[in-house]
Amino acid sequence: MAIKKKEEKEKTEKKKSPKSEEKLEYVNKQGKRLDGRTVEETRPIKITVGVVPSADGSCYLEWGQNKVIAAVYGPRECLPKHTASPYKAVVRYTYRMATFSVPDRKNPRPGRRDVEISKVSAEAFEKAIFTEKFPNTAIDIFVEVLDSNAGTRIAALTTASVALADAGIPMRDLVAGVAVGRADGHIIVDLNKYEEDAPDAVDMPIAILPNSEEIVLLQMDGLFSKKEWQQARQLAFAAIKNVHALQKQALLKKYENSESAEKPEKTEKTNGSDVQ
Amino acid sequence: MISQFLDLKTDKVLQSIRDGKRLDGRKLDEYRPVSISKDVSVNAEGAARVRIGETDVIVGVKMLPMKPFPDSPNDGSLSVGAELLPIASPTFETGPPSEESIEIARVVDRGIRESKCIDFKSWGIVEEELAWNAFVDIYAINHDGNLFDASALAAIAALSDTKIPKLEDGKVVKGEFEGKLKLSRKPLLCTIAKIGNSLVADTTFAEERAQSARFSVAVTEDEYLSAFQKGGLGSFTASEIDSAIDMALKNSKDLRKAMKD
Repeated sequence: MAIKKKEEKEKTEKKKSPKSEEKLEYVNKQGKRLDGRTVEETRPIKITVGVVPSADGSCYLEWGQNKVIAAVYGPRECLPKHTASPYKAVVRYTYRMATFSVPDRKNPRPGRRDVEISKVSAEAFEKAIFTEKFPNTAIDIFVEVLDSNAGTRIAALTTASVALADAGIPMRDLVAGVAVGRADGHIIVDLNKYEEDAPDAVDMPIAILPNSEEIVLLQMDGLFSKKEWQQARQLAFAAIKNVHALQKQALLKKYENSESAEKPEKTEKTNGSDVQ
Repeated sequence: MISQFLDLKTDKVLQSIRDGKRLDGRKLDEYRPVSISKDVSVNAEGAARVRIGETDVIVGVKMLPMKPFPDSPNDGSLSVGAELLPIASPTFETGPPSEESIEIARVVDRGIRESKCIDFKSWGIVEEELAWNAFVDIYAINHDGNLFDASALAAIAALSDTKIPKLEDGKVVKGEFEGKLKLSRKPLLCTIAKIGNSLVADTTFAEERAQSARFSVAVTEDEYLSAFQKGGLGSFTASEIDSAIDMALKNSKDLRKAMKD
């Protein structure tokens, strides 16, 4: 046992080493970050639509190291019945992290963080979905994070949004987001774990309806001035435009070769399809 | 408050806000009277009771020496909980913490933690063995809206009143203290609601039912923002958030005065 403990200790020390190396250069003179990105660049994003055959809609996404799978069921009967609304569909969002998705094992029991993220994410979709079209029903969105490296709530939201579209649920717009923030005085887009652990780190997840630029999710922790918020917001909006384009592209890819003509994605976007 | 009339009141709130007025005659960015009292509990190491209009919140702090987390063997820790007691509102129930209470607790926690007002290193007692843990527990006594701001204000008032117990052989000596807990800043939460197309501060219960979304900002005395939280089913534009931040910066100054009185 004692030996095992020592090994473990060495391992954790190794993991921490980039942090303890004092004075990391978060953005170098060439404007490049630790992983070679520019300040306004997100990590590579890969989106695949329709990965869970049983679900009404589904999506798998890789965002850097983050890997997320989302499934949508509904509109379906809202149970327990007293939670239903005679005016609109109830949007329920379940964000969870797999036990193996973090360096230490995560307790599978949902924690307070999971509950809060699920709540604000459900609220973010209310504005997007035409919930009033489906009274007395529930739209269930389940998201599981399989691997994580900072920015999972936004990765989850982005995935869920595509899954909702795949389920054919009428929406005003897709919901798209990004986390922006600060490391070592630099305002940067899509922080990774090292950047999130910077001594002066600020993390600000933000999600919008890209066409109207309405903010539907906004959180922040760290110390920001009002000016930094405005700077961060501008970088975020620009990055979100790219995320939104990738979401649309992924949806298009699923339906451009499929026979199901009743899906609106196909007919609507055939003009742009040869570009991709 | 008789619940059957709530929907009628919600309509009335919407109508009057459209005309730029509030049912209680306040300006859109104006708070109700704020009062803070301390010494709520002798057994608590720190406590405060905050009333904003008819909203009433009590916060108590317990300081416990505990084993520090392995990844920060010198540091103490902070944990915030919120109990939305069924005493406080017909809308609250007994049972495990609701989403609402978890959100309040976590937003209050973030505002304090991220302002770096607590030097957790200084809470270490014996490395890898003992460090101080502050348990900040929020109890809603009456809910007439804006529990966020009332809770955050009560939490920071209680923490700034908190005494550190005397320790002997790693055990707390009851009733004896070794000094006060130090806070380098005092972040306050200011929540702004969107009702119709207007931004409104310090909403009552009826106003909250009429709001489409809310936005909370934690503000420090040196005008830094240490936490954001958007809630509710609606949305904000970027310029509305700008205005909300301005309103929060202004209102936090008034709240700070209430804390000093």
